Amino acid sequence: MGHGILQIIVFVAILIAAAYPLSRYMKYIYTEDDLFRRGRLRFLGSIERGFYRIVGDRAAREQSWKTYGSTLLVFSFLFVLLLYGIQRLQGHLFLNPQHFPGVASFISLNTAASFLTNTNWQYYAGETTMSFLTQMAGLAVQNFVSAAVGMAVMIAVFRGFTRRSAGTIGNFWRDLYRSLVYVLLPIAVIGAAILISVGVPQTFHGYAQATTLQGAHQTIARGPVASQVVIKHLGTNGGGFYNSNSAVPFESPGSFGGYFELFLELLIPFASVFLFGRMIGRMRNALAIFAAMFVLFAVGVGVNYVAEQHGSSVLRNSGVNITQGHGQTGGNMADKEVRYGLAETAVFTTGTTMTSTGAVIAGHDAMTPAGGAVPLVNIFLGEIIFGGVGSGMYGIIFIIILAVFVAGLMVGRTPEYLGKKIEAREVKIAALGALFPGVLILTLTAAAMVTHAGLASIYNPGAHGFTEALYAYTSQAGNNGSAFAGYGATSFSAYMGAIDMLFGRFVPLIAALALGGSLAMKKTVPASAGTFRTDGPTFSVLLIGLILLTAGLMVFPALTLGPIVEGLMH
Amino acid sequence: MARVIGGSVVAIVVMTLFFGFLYPVAMTGFASAAFPSQAGGSLIHRDGKVIGSRLSAQSFTWPRYFHERPSGTSPAYNAAATTFLNLGPTNPALAKLVSDNAKAILKLEGPYNPGLTIHDIPVDAVVTSASGIDPDISPANAALQSHRVAAIRHLPLATVQKLIKQNTDGRWLGFFGEPGVNVLKLNLALDKLGGR
Repeated sequence: MGHGILQIIVFVAILIAAAYPLSRYMKYIYTEDDLFRRGRLRFLGSIERGFYRIVGDRAAREQSWKTYGSTLLVFSFLFVLLLYGIQRLQGHLFLNPQHFPGVASFISLNTAASFLTNTNWQYYAGETTMSFLTQMAGLAVQNFVSAAVGMAVMIAVFRGFTRRSAGTIGNFWRDLYRSLVYVLLPIAVIGAAILISVGVPQTFHGYAQATTLQGAHQTIARGPVASQVVIKHLGTNGGGFYNSNSAVPFESPGSFGGYFELFLELLIPFASVFLFGRMIGRMRNALAIFAAMFVLFAVGVGVNYVAEQHGSSVLRNSGVNITQGHGQTGGNMADKEVRYGLAETAVFTTGTTMTSTGAVIAGHDAMTPAGGAVPLVNIFLGEIIFGGVGSGMYGIIFIIILAVFVAGLMVGRTPEYLGKKIEAREVKIAALGALFPGVLILTLTAAAMVTHAGLASIYNPGAHGFTEALYAYTSQAGNNGSAFAGYGATSFSAYMGAIDMLFGRFVPLIAALALGGSLAMKKTVPASAGTFRTDGPTFSVLLIGLILLTAGLMVFPALTLGPIVEGLMH
Repeated sequence: MARVIGGSVVAIVVMTLFFGFLYPVAMTGFASAAFPSQAGGSLIHRDGKVIGSRLSAQSFTWPRYFHERPSGTSPAYNAAATTFLNLGPTNPALAKLVSDNAKAILKLEGPYNPGLTIHDIPVDAVVTSASGIDPDISPANAALQSHRVAAIRHLPLATVQKLIKQNTDGRWLGFFGEPGVNVLKLNLALDKLGGR
């Protein structure tokens, strides 16, 4: 395992080295009033101003949190209609070389909600269901837009800390446009070119037909894959072109593919923590948050790697060779790929579930109880260990507010953070944002376990079957989208899932904007001897404690019914 | 409100045109100019016919060929409907699958590997891959099969071992990931030696 651990360490070092300078660029993009007014790139400035003109919001005026939020909601609602419509009508539309019929209504609704909310839960198999038009002009567009919406809200919340006695938190159109065009697009174009060069298809020709060496016939699915795959990772979306997602060599070729796509996934979430430090002008505070997240990340990778290398009891009892060495990785190779082995799979699985991406390079359903519990716990923690682009940062701010509040209670000081007094209103909003997803998950999982319609979705017997259901509603509420993929699509599970995703996304999102608005209105008080320090290891430890406490207390009873029972039987 | 709705509609149209059409079309143009083979699915041709892709497993059952890992797709190695098998780690069906696959391997490879027991079978040979079309097998798996292929093709074992080495994709940069033996490329190389 030594080599595997070394791989992971080197990978993370490269990632941090890239994310840190990116945060500097992002700060420039989000804080300059007038970008590209002069110089060789001034055509970019003209295009940007042109966009604001046609959207008609008078040159990106400052908005209150309510206006910001309502604009976002209207925009999102209209977009979901388009997504639904394209899927239903794809049979009559162009760019459909495989002649797929329109998608069933319950799948369409679930999928529209799924991509709108940056979840990318997939109750369908891409290569056998969706036309090129749907994948490209429907789903992949949302991969960009939903990511940019998350980033916009994050920036608006950051402004809550940087502004004093202000009634506004920025402009939705401007934050959206800049996220899309200046951050996501350039990285996506470069990333897509790299993916194409290593073998990810990018073509409008239909599926290829081959005659195999033994004379059989084989159809090979392909299409405009690379342009979609790059943003599915960069935007922490996760919805694959193919059913088996990034396990498929066409989506992620070679050992390179998994690491590169994980790099794209973690790049903006890592950079966002540093960006927070830059915007508030106190990097030490951001580093304390980074440290807390990083510890939880490292623990997840370690548990998954060790558990999968140890293998499942079925494999150990079978007598086959699962020992590492002599030309194999060994361990639990069920539903895993040879080119990745266990180290790459462990870091990818942990990264994809803590960032709300949900892309997979291995089947989570086939993982050992402890190994499979890592993604589940990650999602349950609320997608805030780095988290989805934007959403992870505004999610962790809820926890920070609660942590500061709890610390204040313990030592008897008025809670404040970054010079802002934390009062009843902020604590209420933060509690809503932090606790709502857990309540949603437990309610829907319970509903799925006590109804016949709900039970029909379960695939594996016993405790593992319960874990499938719990994972499904956790993943959708957390806008992650990965699955214990045996859990099947019925109209019941699809509608429940759509509710799960929409509320799981928009309730915390609106809470975050409200928090930003509330903070922006406050004055800044200077730090005094009575101020609780939020920039050292003490705060990191407190933050880890709060993360585990808020999510853990809710999830633990449910975990005992699933992975823990299974592990004991194991 | 009407202004917000109007603005949103315009924004949606503009974004769909740009990110939904212009961007993928531009990337496709770039791909077909710079990397036509990769863009088309890394297809492999023999005698002018497409015989598969470097990036996909295909069904090999003849003893003269190296065999792929088990596949959970239907039919097996369906590169147009990939899937995990999704059998949980405690599912009795997984135990049966592993045992059945191991028995078949012992029967197939036993005659060419005297003293072969189940403990010699690498795990990747008995469980499904994640995609169902994993193009690679572990070097250990290839080594196990090499004795059979060499015997049936009347080739020296060293020749087959050399071909295995040539068709192994190493770790990326010699460091990241794990090495895998590309089965289709290996079998093609064997056929090329003559006497198909």
